[in-house]
Amino acid sequence: MTPEPAVLATRGLTVRYGDTVAVDAVDLTFLPGSRTAVMGPSGSGKSSLLHALGGVVRPDGGEVWFENERLDRLSEAQRSRRRLARMGMVFQFGDLVPELTLVENVMLPLQVLGERARPARSRALEMLDALGVAEVAHRRTGAVSGGQAQRAAIARALVHRPAVVLADEPTGSLDSLTAEQVLDTMVAITTASGAALVVVTHEHVVASHLDDLVVLRDGRIAVGAPA
Amino acid sequence: MSAALPLLALLEQEPAHGYTLKQRYDDRFARTRPLAFGQVYAALSRFEKRGWAEVTEVEVVDGPERRRYRITPDGVETVSAWVYAPQQPTEFAMSNLYARVSVALSSGRSAIDVLDRQRVQHLGRMRELTGLRKDADPTELLAITYELAHLDADLRWIEEAGNRLEELA
Repeated sequence: MTPEPAVLATRGLTVRYGDTVAVDAVDLTFLPGSRTAVMGPSGSGKSSLLHALGGVVRPDGGEVWFENERLDRLSEAQRSRRRLARMGMVFQFGDLVPELTLVENVMLPLQVLGERARPARSRALEMLDALGVAEVAHRRTGAVSGGQAQRAAIARALVHRPAVVLADEPTGSLDSLTAEQVLDTMVAITTASGAALVVVTHEHVVASHLDDLVVLRDGRIAVGAPA
Repeated sequence: MSAALPLLALLEQEPAHGYTLKQRYDDRFARTRPLAFGQVYAALSRFEKRGWAEVTEVEVVDGPERRRYRITPDGVETVSAWVYAPQQPTEFAMSNLYARVSVALSSGRSAIDVLDRQRVQHLGRMRELTGLRKDADPTELLAITYELAHLDADLRWIEEAGNRLEELA
């Protein structure tokens, strides 16, 4: 079981790429409403950890518990379904569908979950507005700046009120002032919904917006572990 | 930072008693470490000797006398010279942190551990400042962002030093 009242937890989590151990027997627990920064040098296993937490990769060893279920035991299709419904993921370089407008991109998770178009659009616009990109909501991703696309990707990760938000360098493409506003918005929205927020970052300024710190070194936890 | 010249600069704004001056100093420049009264009175007496300030009024209210000071033209010139004189950049070159890491390395203690512990402390202070920033007025904001930038610089060094030590290990 997920250790109560954790929403997400790992036990002995290990991810390997060939002979390289990217994540080495990591135990972590994330409570609802927790806000954790994951830091560490390049190649320390930060992104691999995030991908394993989100079920994007299946670990080579150990357990990933998400909402009282062993995520690592599910098939790829099942993990993908859990991720869509209950997680929000933000990748380093966004990953919006280029054929769609920003608002259509943000509506996607809601529509996949069966929400009707009108309320989905209205909720998506609300999120884009909270992230300061409502004025470009009807443009395609190619017609907006990298920073605007990234903010839409963040809106898409938050729009369906997920239980966990996993973000990999979410503000890397933003100027420092916008980055801080966007972080504040992410924190406010996840706090209001009680979602656990996990942010991989190499910037301490970003980490200073979050309550807990985990530092990885050679795939192991060198500093901290959230309660 | 020596407290003397900022105190003189506060006196430039308007004449004041030592007590008022101390309060203004604490509000503006000493958010984390208030100035001792003794330092204020010592500084005022030095200003008087050097001709940077003079006593305009002596009141006696229930006991000790209260002296009100005002800045002199020489004092104003001293403030200008201080404000415009660039600081020696080498003032930032050595720190207690560097010294502790260096001692850890040469004594067989864990330098990585020193860095990790300091990182947690620094980040804690950054969190505190990030929280304070939300309601800060423009002057406070300058002080907060100054401290944040220095903490961030230290943290970058902590990160880099950690990586170098890892490579050596």
